[in-house]
Amino acid sequence: MNDEVASAEERADKLQGLGSARKRVEDARFTQGKGDYVDDMKLKGMLHGDFVRSSHAHARIRGIDKDAALALPGVHAVLTAADLKPLNLHYMPTLAGDVQAVLAEEKVLFQGQEVAFIVADDRYVAADAVELVEVDYEPLPVMVDPLKAMDEGAPVLREDLAGKTEGAHGARRHHNHIFTWEVGDAEGTRAALDGAEVVAREFISYQRVHPCPLETCGCVASMDKVNGRLTVWGTFQAPHAVRTVASLISGIPEHKIRIVSPDIGGGFGNKVGVYPGYICAIVASIVTGVPIKWVEDRIENLTATAFARDYHMTGEIAATRDGRITALRAHVIADHGAFDACADPTKFPAGFFSICTGSYDVPVAHVTVDGVYSNKAPGGVAYRCSFRVTEASYFIERMVDVLARKLDIDPAELRLKNLIARDKFPYTSALGWEYDSGDYETAMRKALDAVDYKALRAEQANSRAAFARGETRVLMGIGVSLFTEIVGAGPIKNCDILGLGMFDSCEIRIHPTGSAIARLGTISQGQGHATTFAQILACEIGIPADNITIEEGDTDTAPYGLGTYGSRSTPVAGAATAMAGRKIRAKAQMIAGYLLEVHEGDLEWDVDRFRVKGAPERAKTMAEIAFAAYNQAIPGIEPGLEAVSYYDPPNMTYPFGAYVCVVDIDIDTGVTSTRRFYALDDCGTRINPMIIEGQVHGGLTEALAIAMGQELAYDETGNLGQSTLLDYFLPTAVETPVWETDHTVTPSPHHPIGAKGVGESPNVGGVSAFSNAVNDAFAHLGLTHTQMPHDHWRVWKTAERLGLTG
Amino acid sequence: MAKMHVAMTVNGKQVEALAEPRMLLIHFLREELGLTGAHIGCDTSHCGACTVDLGGRSVKSCTVFVAQADGGEVTTIEGITGKGAALHPLQEAFRTHHGLQCGFCTPGMITRAMRLLAENPDPTDEEIRAGISGNLCRCTGYQNIVKAIRAAATTMAGAKEAAE
Repeated sequence: MNDEVASAEERADKLQGLGSARKRVEDARFTQGKGDYVDDMKLKGMLHGDFVRSSHAHARIRGIDKDAALALPGVHAVLTAADLKPLNLHYMPTLAGDVQAVLAEEKVLFQGQEVAFIVADDRYVAADAVELVEVDYEPLPVMVDPLKAMDEGAPVLREDLAGKTEGAHGARRHHNHIFTWEVGDAEGTRAALDGAEVVAREFISYQRVHPCPLETCGCVASMDKVNGRLTVWGTFQAPHAVRTVASLISGIPEHKIRIVSPDIGGGFGNKVGVYPGYICAIVASIVTGVPIKWVEDRIENLTATAFARDYHMTGEIAATRDGRITALRAHVIADHGAFDACADPTKFPAGFFSICTGSYDVPVAHVTVDGVYSNKAPGGVAYRCSFRVTEASYFIERMVDVLARKLDIDPAELRLKNLIARDKFPYTSALGWEYDSGDYETAMRKALDAVDYKALRAEQANSRAAFARGETRVLMGIGVSLFTEIVGAGPIKNCDILGLGMFDSCEIRIHPTGSAIARLGTISQGQGHATTFAQILACEIGIPADNITIEEGDTDTAPYGLGTYGSRSTPVAGAATAMAGRKIRAKAQMIAGYLLEVHEGDLEWDVDRFRVKGAPERAKTMAEIAFAAYNQAIPGIEPGLEAVSYYDPPNMTYPFGAYVCVVDIDIDTGVTSTRRFYALDDCGTRINPMIIEGQVHGGLTEALAIAMGQELAYDETGNLGQSTLLDYFLPTAVETPVWETDHTVTPSPHHPIGAKGVGESPNVGGVSAFSNAVNDAFAHLGLTHTQMPHDHWRVWKTAERLGLTG
Repeated sequence: MAKMHVAMTVNGKQVEALAEPRMLLIHFLREELGLTGAHIGCDTSHCGACTVDLGGRSVKSCTVFVAQADGGEVTTIEGITGKGAALHPLQEAFRTHHGLQCGFCTPGMITRAMRLLAENPDPTDEEIRAGISGNLCRCTGYQNIVKAIRAAATTMAGAKEAAE
C-alpha cells in the first residue's frame, strides 16, 4: 500500500507518537557498551585529580604539609585553600544563597570535606599522593543532632558567618540558624486546633539518605589557552545553569565556556549541585594547561556530594469525631549540613514542602520550617522527587494514618472522606497551591478494588487473631497512600534558581528531505528523552519519531534551559517541544497554502499533512512542505523551516496516585517481606506507556530502599556509618518485589499535551505506602508511628517494645 | 612502580602490555585497552557494573588485579555480539523489554546474564533474580531485566535447537 492511500490511522501509527510503546533509541548503544559517560573520556595529556579529605567532622586546620606529596614522581600540583584564595575561589556560591568552601581554609566542618586537590599523571599516583599530604587538625566539639543545633551552648560551626544576622532567606536568630520559612494561616490554624473535637499529634523524622546513582559525579575540564575557551564535560543535570555559574565564579565570559553533559549514569538529584571537584578541576586545568579529570569514588559520593531529606517534622492534625479533617500544622527542623547547598528555587528554601496538605481538602493549615547547620555534608537535594515533596507527602500520609488510629476509622475510609472532590478542580489549597486537575476518588476506589481491600482487611483480622492465639509469628500490614506531587518547576513569576527563571526550551530544525533535529535545554539521565520527546514532536509535526533526532546537553548547541530534575522535563521542556512544533506547523501551513494555491485558512491538518477542506485529495505532506521551504522562493515567507520555543509554564503540574502495599513481618527476626505492591499512577497524558511503567518500577524500588533500609547515620563524633555499598542499602533483585502497575488519565488542563511527569511519583507515594504498611502491622497493639528506615533491627526493636518478642 | 608484562585474550584477541602489578583489571580494560563498556560503580565489588567474564566465570573486575588475569581469557560487553550487525539475543531482549534506563549497569548486567544462561539455560524468575543479585541497578527495579533475561533464554534455546 503506498502512502497516498494509507488511512489516517495507518499514517498515525507510522509516526510512533503519543501513546506508542516505542522502543528506545538509546538502547542499541547502551546494550553494546557503547555509551559515552564522562569517565570513559581520555584526552591528550589529561591528568587526574583526587582529594585529600577531612577525617574529622569539626576541626581547626593547624597546618598542611604537602612537600612529600609534591616530591612524588608524577604529581604535578597540590592545591589548597591558600592557592585558591588569591583567585577568590576558596569559597563558591551555593544554589541556596550561601557559600561553600571549595577547599577548607581554617576549619573543616564535616567528615569527607575537601582539604587539598592533587593533580597527578594517573589515578594511582594521585591516590598515593593523597596519603602523603599531612594535615594537622585540632578537633573541635561536634554537632550532629539538628534538634540541638540551636541550643544556647551549641558549638559555633560557621565562623565565616560571624555577625551575619541576615541570611539569604531572612533573619538569623542563632549562629547555627539558616532560615525560618513560614506559610499559611497561623492564627486560623491555632483556633481550629484549639477548638477541635479530635487532635492527633506525631513527631515524624525523615532520615538523611543519598540518591546514590550507579555512576558517581565527575568531570573533565579543559582550558584551551590559545582561544581562551573552557570546556567542561561532566555529570550535570543542569548544564546551562552550570555554565552561567562557572562564568560568574571564574570571570570567564559565558561565551567562552562550553558545558557538555555526555551520557549520565543516573542522577536522582545527586548531579544537580555544583561541587568543589568541578571548581578544582577547572582551576587545575587553567594552571596546568592540560585537561583534568576528576571522578569521585563511591565513598566520596556517599560522604560528600548531595544528601537528601533529614527533615524532622512535628505534626498536628485536627478533625471532627466523624473524621472530617479541619486543620493541619507542621513544624520542621531541617538539617542542611555544614553549608546550605540545597537545590531549591530561590523563593522556596524548604522547597514545595507546603504541598503537605496532600490530596485532602484541609480548610486551614500552617507550616514553619527552621533550617539549621550541622557537622554533616551539605546537600539537601530532591532525591527522585520535586523539591521537598517526598518529605511533605510522607508527612501527610503518615499523619492521616495516625489520625485514623485515633478516630478508629479505616485509613482508606478516612482518605475517601477527605479527598479533594473531582468537581473542586482547579483547587486552591490552604497553603496556596493551585492544583491543576485530579480525580482522586476514582483512583482510590480503583486501587482498593484491584487489591480487594476489604478481603485483605478481613484476612488481616484473622491473622491477628491467630497471632494472639500463638498460632503464627507473622504480622500482616496494609499500607495505603493517596499522594499528590507538585512538579514541573516552574513559572518564572515564582520559580528561579540563582535568578535564572525556570523555563525550558526546544529548538527544531526540519531538514529539506523531511527529517528533523530537535535540541532541548534538559538532559536525560536514563529517562529516555531521545525516545519520548521525538514522540511528542511526531504528533505535532507529522514526521515519524524515527526521523527525528533529539539532542541535549551541549550548551554550545542546545537552547538555554534549566535542566532535568524535579520531574520538570516533560511538564516544561515537553511543553516547549510541543509549542515549537506548533510554530513549525503554522509556517508549514502558510507554505502549503502557497503550494496548493488556497488561502491557509482553507487548510486543515491531517496527521502528517495539510489538506484542502472539502477536497482531501489535495494535500501536501510535511516532507513535501519541508522540501519547498528550502528549494523555492515563496513570496512573503523566509526560506527554511525552523522554530524555537522558550516555555514559561503557567502553573506546576500535579500528578497523583493511589498505592496499596501489603507486607508480612516475621516478629522474631524483624524481616519484612513485601507480599504485594499495587501502584496506580495518574500522570495525565501518557507519552510512552513502556517508559512510564519502567519509571514506576524504578521509583518504587527506590521507595523500598528508603523506607526499608537507607540511612546516612552519623555517630556523635560526626563519623558517617554508611560510606560504602556494604553499609548503604541498595536493593538487589532478590529483595525487590514484583510491582503491579495501573493508571488513570486526568490530563493537565494547562500543558499543551496534557502531560504531567511521572518519574518521581512512585518514590513520593511509595515510601509512605511502605511505611504505612509496617506501622499498620502493629497498629492494633497501640503503635501510632515508628521512624524509618524499617530495617530488620528497627522492626524487631518495635516488636520488642510492644512485648511481642518474648 | 615497576611494571610487569601481562598477556591475555580479550574478546578473542591476544593483547599484551606492561602494567603495574597493582593495576586493577577494570582500569586495564578501560584505560589501557579502551574497552569502556564495563563501568566502575562502587570500588568495593558490591555493584557489579564492572562485571566481565574471566575464564568462564563472572568476576567483578574492580577487585581483580590485572596480574591475576595474566594468561586468562576475558570477555567484556564489547565481545558479546549477535550475528553480523544484529544485537546478541540478550541485548535485543533488554531493548525489547525495556530492561535498561541510564545504561550504566547494563554492560555488567548483560555480561553476567550471559554467564548465568551458560550455566543455567532455562532459569526460573527466582533463579534469575538470585543469579543477578551481585549486579545492582538503580533505575529499573529489575522487573524488566528479569523479563528480558527470561525472553533471551527462550530465544537462545530456540536458536540452539534450530542449529542442532
